[in-house]
Amino acid sequence: MSDNSVIHAEKLNLVFQTNDGSVHALKDIDLTINKGDFVSFIGPSGCGKTTFLRVIADLEQPTGGTISVNGMTPQQAREARAYGYVFQASGLYPWRTIAGNIKLPLEIMGYSTEEQNKRVEQVLELVELSGFGKKYPWQLSGGMQQRASIARALSFDADILLMDEPFGALDEIVRDHLNEQLLALWARTEKTIGFVTHSIPEAVYLSTKIVVMSPRPGRIADVIESPLPKERPLEIRDSKEFLEVAARVRDGLRSGHLDD
Amino acid sequence: MIWAIAAILFWIGAWALNVYLSRGKINRRNKFIIPFLFGVTILVLWEGIVVGLGISPIILPPPSAVAAKFATSIPILWQDFVQTFVKGALSGYFIGCGSAFILAILIDRSPFLQRGLLPVGNFVAALPVIGIAPILVMWFGFDWHSKAAVVVVMVFFPMLVNTVQGLTQSDHMQRDLMKTYSANYWQSLLKLRLPAAMPFIFNGLKISTTLALIGAIVAEFFGSPIKGMGFRITTEVGRLALDMVWAEIVVAALAGSAFYGIMALIEKIVTFWHPSQR
Amino acid sequence: MMKNLIAVLTVVFAIIVIWYGATYMMNKQWTLDQAERAGVSLTASEVFKDTMAQERPQLPAPHQVIIEIWNTTVEKKITSKRSLIYHAGITLSSTSLGFLMGSLLGITLAISIVHSRAMDLSVMPWIIASQTIPILAVAPMIIVVLNAVGISGLVPKAMISMYLSFFPVAVGMVKGLRAPDTMQLDLMKTYRASAWQTLFKLRLPSSMPYLFTSLKIAMAASLVGAIIGELPTGAVAGLGARLLAGSYYGQTIQIWSALISAAVLAAVLVMLIGVLQNVTLKRMGMLR
Repeated sequence: MSDNSVIHAEKLNLVFQTNDGSVHALKDIDLTINKGDFVSFIGPSGCGKTTFLRVIADLEQPTGGTISVNGMTPQQAREARAYGYVFQASGLYPWRTIAGNIKLPLEIMGYSTEEQNKRVEQVLELVELSGFGKKYPWQLSGGMQQRASIARALSFDADILLMDEPFGALDEIVRDHLNEQLLALWARTEKTIGFVTHSIPEAVYLSTKIVVMSPRPGRIADVIESPLPKERPLEIRDSKEFLEVAARVRDGLRSGHLDD
Repeated sequence: MIWAIAAILFWIGAWALNVYLSRGKINRRNKFIIPFLFGVTILVLWEGIVVGLGISPIILPPPSAVAAKFATSIPILWQDFVQTFVKGALSGYFIGCGSAFILAILIDRSPFLQRGLLPVGNFVAALPVIGIAPILVMWFGFDWHSKAAVVVVMVFFPMLVNTVQGLTQSDHMQRDLMKTYSANYWQSLLKLRLPAAMPFIFNGLKISTTLALIGAIVAEFFGSPIKGMGFRITTEVGRLALDMVWAEIVVAALAGSAFYGIMALIEKIVTFWHPSQR
Repeated sequence: MMKNLIAVLTVVFAIIVIWYGATYMMNKQWTLDQAERAGVSLTASEVFKDTMAQERPQLPAPHQVIIEIWNTTVEKKITSKRSLIYHAGITLSSTSLGFLMGSLLGITLAISIVHSRAMDLSVMPWIIASQTIPILAVAPMIIVVLNAVGISGLVPKAMISMYLSFFPVAVGMVKGLRAPDTMQLDLMKTYRASAWQTLFKLRLPSSMPYLFTSLKIAMAASLVGAIIGELPTGAVAGLGARLLAGSYYGQTIQIWSALISAAVLAAVLVMLIGVLQNVTLKRMGMLR
């Protein structure tokens, strides 16, 4: 465990009790995420990638092993507002304007009105939505709504950004564009990002570290440190290095399935 | 006879016009004209048939007679309106809806109470609650207090059930989001769950407007001072003065529609964001 | 399931406890007044005992009501004028007749509204507006007027029930008949199905969940209509008449027993529709 580590899990286990017996959602997860990493979790449904993100966020309780976030327990980290969380759906309140939605966490955390307005302007600019603050969510497109929800997660300046398939419901063209924007945003803010996806190109394009997971029980099949440079134009997806990483991810996913 | 035939001809003509209008573009003007024309047709048909076939006014007075009676008895109608609507229905409405709302917020923190009270509340909401009127008249006397009490009982459960249900409306994801902000109970109630509950709360408030008026009027059938809409209806029916009964019904209809309309208007302002409103 | 049952039973138990408490509080004054007039002083337990057994209490105790219901149902012949079953039967018959007429009217109106734009635009606003009118207020007039033209007995009461029950059915069915989405309707179009075929093969089946929900509301409304319809007939027969007679003569136990019977009747009727709903929807595969 280096000084640089932000999230550190050791022998992490989570077993759900359901009516059909117990489900081993996470089995012996060992993982370290360093400061400034962009970590993608990829795998088929049921592999525990979302569950792991929710454990980091203290939305699920592990049944075994240890996990620390910023050197604290997940609950302490949550109470210290250590991370922003972006769900698959934007979850914006229809009765609040975009600016009002971004202010929501700020109001809860007790920021002054002046500070709230300042930060709203800042994060709207970060996600390229300046000028849309007075609109209501239902007046925007799906991609813009999702950008607004990212702005909401950024507004209180947490070091960690946890994203659970944030672009899963969007079409591919919008998705490419948002991926590019997300990389630019990550470069500017230097946050640590945990990103759940089921798209291989998305994972390879975005990440510095790719965690390949496999189901039943949910476990880590492979961890790939990306050799790609930090500067990544969309064309990089045609490069040899990119295709090699993608092939390794695919192998990891396949080996997980061979056990079935 | 000629009157009746003319009225029927008018009806056929107006209906043909409505069919023609509804084939065309449905703009705001037509959306008003078509039902308006239909309403006028009913009145003309009613007037024509009653006058044309010589139906006795103690069975069905023509609209013109009702209008005339209305115009000459405005002081009495106003007095009845104040007694039944302002004193009985309105005060009961505010007490009943208010206390149901507060109880809903209180039991919201206890899943046990919710599980227990919701089925009971649903059950009571389907009962002929109006039957409690004679008992409440006995307890609270003949004046408007007993009418308000009946209204309180009638609106309480629909309002309670709707509010409790509304408070469960925010979805799982949005509650998780509040958790990631480590928002406390009151923050997530005020910022998330109450706004999300508003469509349901207004549904309860709107249902209750009609119930309030019904409760206040019917409670007067079981005893009242010598004023009030329910009192007037029963006594005038007894005297076969049906024009006065109809005038009283017009007052009730106007009061009921206006009350409902005002609540619907407030709903439109508060829940402008809801898909059904935009 | 078990958890819910325990919670409901707890609430019901709490209501009964509160009821007994209220019985004591509300009847105490009368007991003390009587004792003072008679010049005797009562012990606390004697006062309590008396509050539970008064003949015309402000609020009868639950067991008094249950005994009264037992006496007027099981102990009386059904044909007797004092039998609650007799009165409930009269209310039930006009409720059912009104419910049937109202539901049929509501369904017919809904079908014509869905198929004719002119009907939709002309009638729908008035159907909705008619519900903001406290129609129960007209009940006495309907009874008296229909009596004057020679119609009496069951039908006038059923008319009131019908008026109260057609609305929820009409509104619910309009919603239900419009429940099929564009894709399903387009599919019928590609088959070149007629309006009637679309109605019977698509719209009516899709409207079933809406139908049963509104039927439950309509049934409850019908019962209220029948009870109110019995008030102006001079308290002859029916649960409404028992309520009115009880309030004339201060027979609180009679009022409460009529009220509880009405509640039980409403619950049974609504539950019957619920059973029918479950069976039908299960058969149609809409319920798992």
